[in-house]
Amino acid sequence: MVKSQLHNRYKAIVIGGSAGSFQGVVKILSNIPENFPLPIIMCLHRLKHVRHGFVEALSIKSNLEVREPYDKEGVKKGMVYLAPANYHMSLELGNYFSMSTEEMINNSRPAIDITLGSAGYVYKDRLVGILLSGANKDGALGMKRIKDRGGYTIVQDPDECMIPTMPNAALAVTEIDMKLKVDEIVKFLLDLAKLYKKY
Amino acid sequence: MKEIEIASLKRLTEFVKLNFGYDFTNYAMSSFKRRISRILELYNINSVENLITKLDTEKDFIETFIVEITVNVTEMFRDPSFWRVLRDDVIPGILLNHERIKIWHAGCSSGEEVFSMAIMLKEMGILNNATIIATDLDKDILKRAQMGKYTLKNMELNSKNYIRFQGNHKLEDYYSVKNNLAVLNPDLISNVSFRSHDLVKGDIFNKFDLILCRNVMIYFNQNLQNEVLRRFHGSLFKFGYLAIGSKESLIWCDIANKFIVVNNEEKIYKKFRD
Ligand SMILES: C[S@@+](CC[C@H](N)C(=O)[O-])C[C@H]1O[C@@H](n2cnc3c(N)ncnc32)[C@H](O)[C@@H]1O
Repeated sequence: MVKSQLHNRYKAIVIGGSAGSFQGVVKILSNIPENFPLPIIMCLHRLKHVRHGFVEALSIKSNLEVREPYDKEGVKKGMVYLAPANYHMSLELGNYFSMSTEEMINNSRPAIDITLGSAGYVYKDRLVGILLSGANKDGALGMKRIKDRGGYTIVQDPDECMIPTMPNAALAVTEIDMKLKVDEIVKFLLDLAKLYKKY
Repeated sequence: MKEIEIASLKRLTEFVKLNFGYDFTNYAMSSFKRRISRILELYNINSVENLITKLDTEKDFIETFIVEITVNVTEMFRDPSFWRVLRDDVIPGILLNHERIKIWHAGCSSGEEVFSMAIMLKEMGILNNATIIATDLDKDILKRAQMGKYTLKNMELNSKNYIRFQGNHKLEDYYSVKNNLAVLNPDLISNVSFRSHDLVKGDIFNKFDLILCRNVMIYFNQNLQNEVLRRFHGSLFKFGYLAIGSKESLIWCDIANKFIVVNNEEKIYKKFRD
């Protein structure tokens, strides 16, 4: 562990979270500045039939624009993307999103495994995957996929998690580069941003 | 699970196209790949090459393949606010100019959307003024649509949606329970014609006042979306309506300038140029 991989070749940050992750997400978004040089792609477990409210709740705290992308929408830096209710959200080669309504995974739609796994496939070693607090094992295989494709993997320190099942599941199936507290994740992202030229 | 290579997916789609006439070459890659992984797992096949062999040697496996490759997840009154707009604005708008209303459900899956439409039109007192055509690629799912039998567990969600749609009755008024299944009143769909139809290659076969194609084109790449949208445009009367899924958009498609947005939130468009 603890090999810090700070460089400016990353193309995206992808974040998964479930029960107990909302505070962490808010803290991350409220500390990231407006001109952040990468897209932040988030898949957070949420109520299946509540279409509205979540983007709004995150937007209040975020300096970056938060949106649920449309199917086939291109990924842009300096944006925060949130997987919509009741759809799985994937990344596609060509750097755009696609949606699907296939079966739930780990009882979830959106499933973190799908967003993280497809991002791992598309961005390979140009991706940072972050998995936060949660009560099931969704996201563990997604993190493994990111690691297998050469990406950089971070879990929220289980000691800090409200419910550590999700990070622990990831730690059990793949190599995780760093266990960090939310404050340290914020610092990591800010340090990363400094390495980008136009930032 | 081992990563499936794009090259082997290409071989598979070419094989299926050549031998069975279904063309998946322009399906969205990530979900298509997951569907293939799932088939490999479900049927204990250890590679895409072996899947091709199975399709080649087992006569009927292509039918299973189609059933499994398509994503049929659906609900009655999915996105209740969409159905309210349909009832309160769109349908009355059509009836201002036409006595009869022609509707096409493209990608109707197990029929929940069709029954929702029938119930809504019945409550508006105009079910008999409607001609409804419901199509899908998957023949198996079309048969299920015509039976209109749904699990009670699904009916819980359907009922919740119906309540949020603010219908005039209770959803229970439209079905009876037999063997733990909700059986929708068949009279509701006595006017509906169900047909198998492939959006990838199907020609324009009729003209409509309203086309619903929700959560179907998300499985296509943008090229195919463009093609299909062109045919939807050709299948609509001037000032006819097109409804797509809540997470889809026409913004990027070639033909966007021939439609205007009627309701951006509910993704309802209107053809206003030929
Ligand atoms: C997720 S369902 C959508 C059901 C319903 N419209 C809804 O929104 O709830 C997608 C349907 O599209 C059908 N489909 C997929 N490819 C198709 C094609 N090329 N032509 C016609 N239907 C297709 C599938 O068989 C499936 O039933």
